[in-house]
Amino acid sequence: MGSLYPDSCFVYDGRFLLPLKTLKRLPALPSIFTSASARSARISCNDGGGASYGYDDPPYDSRQQAPSQSSDVGYDPNFVPDSVKTFVVHLYRHIRERNVYEIHQMYEGSFQRLSERMFRESPWPSVEAVAPYVDNDHVFCLLYREMWFRHLYARLAPTGRQRVESWDNYCSLFSVVLHGVVNMQLPNQWLWDMVDEFVYQFQSYCQYRAKLKSKTDEELQLLRQYDQAWSVYGVLNYLQALVEKSLITQILEREKEGLEQFTATDGYDYEGGSNVLKVLGYYSMVGLLRVHCLLGDYQTGLKCLAPIDISQQGVYTIVIGSHITTIYHYGFASLMLRRYGDAIKEFNKVLLYILKTKQYHQKSPQYDQILKKNEQMYALQAICLSLCPQTKLVDENVITQLKEKYNDKMLRMQRFDDEAYGLYDELFSYACPKFITPSAPIFDEPLANYNQDAYRLQLKLFLYEIKQQQLLASIRTFLKLYSTISVGKLATYMEVDEATLRTILMTYKHKTHVVDNEGKIVSNADIDFCINEDIIHVVEQKSTKNYGDYFLRQTLKFEEIISELERVKMD
Amino acid sequence: MGRETPKEQQQQVSFTVEELVAVNPYNPDILPDLENYVNEQVSSQTYSLDANLCLLRHYQFEPERMSIQIVVRILVKALMALPAPDFNLCLFLIPERVQMEEQIKMLIVLSHYLETARFHQFWDEAAKNRSILEVVPGFEQAIQAYAIHVLSLTYQKVPRPVLAEAINVEGLVLDKFLEFHVANSGWALEAAGPGRGHLVVLPTTEFNHPELKKNVSESVPLEHVARLFPILG
Repeated sequence: MGSLYPDSCFVYDGRFLLPLKTLKRLPALPSIFTSASARSARISCNDGGGASYGYDDPPYDSRQQAPSQSSDVGYDPNFVPDSVKTFVVHLYRHIRERNVYEIHQMYEGSFQRLSERMFRESPWPSVEAVAPYVDNDHVFCLLYREMWFRHLYARLAPTGRQRVESWDNYCSLFSVVLHGVVNMQLPNQWLWDMVDEFVYQFQSYCQYRAKLKSKTDEELQLLRQYDQAWSVYGVLNYLQALVEKSLITQILEREKEGLEQFTATDGYDYEGGSNVLKVLGYYSMVGLLRVHCLLGDYQTGLKCLAPIDISQQGVYTIVIGSHITTIYHYGFASLMLRRYGDAIKEFNKVLLYILKTKQYHQKSPQYDQILKKNEQMYALQAICLSLCPQTKLVDENVITQLKEKYNDKMLRMQRFDDEAYGLYDELFSYACPKFITPSAPIFDEPLANYNQDAYRLQLKLFLYEIKQQQLLASIRTFLKLYSTISVGKLATYMEVDEATLRTILMTYKHKTHVVDNEGKIVSNADIDFCINEDIIHVVEQKSTKNYGDYFLRQTLKFEEIISELERVKMD
Repeated sequence: MGRETPKEQQQQVSFTVEELVAVNPYNPDILPDLENYVNEQVSSQTYSLDANLCLLRHYQFEPERMSIQIVVRILVKALMALPAPDFNLCLFLIPERVQMEEQIKMLIVLSHYLETARFHQFWDEAAKNRSILEVVPGFEQAIQAYAIHVLSLTYQKVPRPVLAEAINVEGLVLDKFLEFHVANSGWALEAAGPGRGHLVVLPTTEFNHPELKKNVSESVPLEHVARLFPILG
């Protein structure tokens, strides 16, 4: 039986799960971005060159590359164009000088421009080729490699071997961070992208691994050999380790009491320390929510997110990608938990936000992703509003957009006939996350593709729930017409017997009164009723125009304009 | 570990398991502890959704270690947690082929009846499957509590036969049951008029008296109004 584990933190060392404390002291890292004690040993490791990176294989199996990679276009991993030289030299310098603004400019701007101009269909130069220009700095090379793989995934199709190598790189990178020796500051956008990409590559690997039918013998052999790469235990434990080691939950708690600054400084450390572990820990909470949604465990996903208060702005809203990912998964999990009210509220807020701000992101590399998630959330909002009609919770502008995209479909979905199922199926399939099967593949003949299994299960259970709510729509229609009606009469109109009607009425009550995250019952119903022996008394939620809120907003807006004008006069 | 009395040891195990789930949930070695904890929940009539979800996840990660019996027990406990959606949450984590097992199919049917308030069919089906359900102490009471919950949402005054069918109790036993709730839960009994039997008057809540529900949307929260103070001041 398990004893009380002395260490809460388990980490992956590439093959085994080990308690973090017993992980061997890292060899003195040849990197300027680690703490002083490690740095002193740097001098002796500095002449390691390419060999210090521990790759037994040549970095690229040039013959085994997927056809879409550039072996045919004469890609030479060792050739470093001048622009890349300049890029890495400047980036290295900016990181050394803790110039977060410049780092961000290079990371978002220069990297994208160079990729667009020179590396549209080929990978960037190899890290070995680039290392000499940055003092062979170990940590910088890990960062460069992370960007290298991300570019590969975005533009080309990674091979099985490259996927495994990327996993290896993340392990090394996170291990360095978890040992608490990193002393640099990186822009939030970059730190978010790391976590986001980590989860994305995990999801991609699960999909890749589950398609066994068309794999070559060599690819199958690779899967067998590197069976620990991208293991679900490893991924979850790294994210959990980042959350725990960063002490981020305690930081957020203390911040509420005014004992700590985190959100106020956007997560940055103005006292000479590093923001990397803290912010990675913060974003890992969102990462955990995402992984749990991919597994179908919505309850635990929401629990992982709980330390972040999404009713307010926070570090999660600084980077638009993280804002959208957080709310998308929160909303989806709430939908599956039948907390339609919560989902509708949050989707509404973020959809309104995107509506107002998307023009500013047109040039950003995340623009396509933003648009895609936007569309998916409209689809989810359509589902939620069909299951739980509301007039109050959704902003007018969002409703207009929603009507444009889904008005016809929503009307048909509220009819709950066969056609409606088809529409629920369609929207759900379009908008749901790419669910995964986390277990290891079975290599017995005949090889099968099982990458759709997880999705099919979630869809089936979702539609099952829809079926249970089938008759509620007709109840609503009738209830809208009467303020009182006897059970007998209503049964006649609905063409069912009284006993059946009573069960339908109770189902309506049960499905519209959900259990919230504190275990309390909350009503979602816009039309409600109660039964007195055999008379039904209907109560409709009057939708009141929210004048108070409207005047508040206008007052604040005018005040803003007035102070703007006053400032102009002073110039 | 030292010599402890069985009771102390049991307490230490549950304390340890909850801690494990909170602090070290992604460790494959805790699987046996989680399984023991399920059995403990059954025998001591306690319940922990988080621990059970954690176990179902581990089964998902390593399907060869799954125990159908444990899954069945988890699902029965989840049914007892109604109106919370725990049963569905567990199903999301159980692979389709496992959901085809006879016992689990039966439990899914029971859940369907309960979710759609078909109490009559539920009790019929449950009677046919006593062997699986009786081994979990407290099952009948938990479902009766759920039935009363749904009735309390729906009715101000419910006809006695409707109540009887929902909780599967009749005759003298029902009389005793009603007596108990009249004394302890604020129920009342009323005659419904000539030849129409009795009514059970359920306690007044905002759910069976919807007009009592405070209309939150009309009020503006203080924090929002507070934003105006610098301007007005």
